[in-house]
Amino acid sequence: MIQLRYFASLRESLGIGDEQIELPDGVNNLPGLTRWLQRRGESWESALADTRLHIAVNQEIVKTDAAIVDGDEIAWFPPVTGG
Amino acid sequence: MIRVQADDFNAGAELERLRRENNGQAGAMVSFTGLVRDLNEGDNITQLTLEHYPGMTEKALKKIEAQANEQWDLTATLIIHRVGPLTPNDNIVLVVAASAHRKQAFRACEFMIDTLKTNAPFWKKETLIEGDRWITPGNSA
Repeated sequence: MIQLRYFASLRESLGIGDEQIELPDGVNNLPGLTRWLQRRGESWESALADTRLHIAVNQEIVKTDAAIVDGDEIAWFPPVTGG
Repeated sequence: MIRVQADDFNAGAELERLRRENNGQAGAMVSFTGLVRDLNEGDNITQLTLEHYPGMTEKALKKIEAQANEQWDLTATLIIHRVGPLTPNDNIVLVVAASAHRKQAFRACEFMIDTLKTNAPFWKKETLIEGDRWITPGNSA
């Protein structure tokens, strides 16, 4: 299983904040996972196409082509605006 | 020390606690307090909601604090950041750096709040009369 999390405006666009799924067959990196998620429909396709999104794997920011393995926690979010 | 909390904080009480715990080591404490403004981009704000990533947010704040302590000779550091719904004039964030001398404390305090703004996973959503909008970097000044 992998845990997926979506935050802020992205969470609202997708209508979901977190979910657990089986690591899809043949998917071993973020571009592959993103493409798999984008096949869910138009809102997923457009929301995850936003190049400003940051991605964290196991709560560390990673490059958008990073590898993923079973058990990972993967989060997508827009640029941060705290402080 | 870092804290992420929905509850308010008392900046004066936090500074006084740090002063008491200081035992004479620090000659300077510099603090930054961030507040909710009532106006942004010309629009009246009725509420500001802070979202965060529980777990990652705390890790990011600890890392910022550790980086400040590596770079400057500090006797104490503190970061408190609130989450959840806030209204104008509420406290959002408190950053404190204590050091033997003021220059180190000033620089460390500025580094921590600047780095927090770009690296710590918090997101602000404004509530206006007309509805809600997420703040994006650049329109939060």
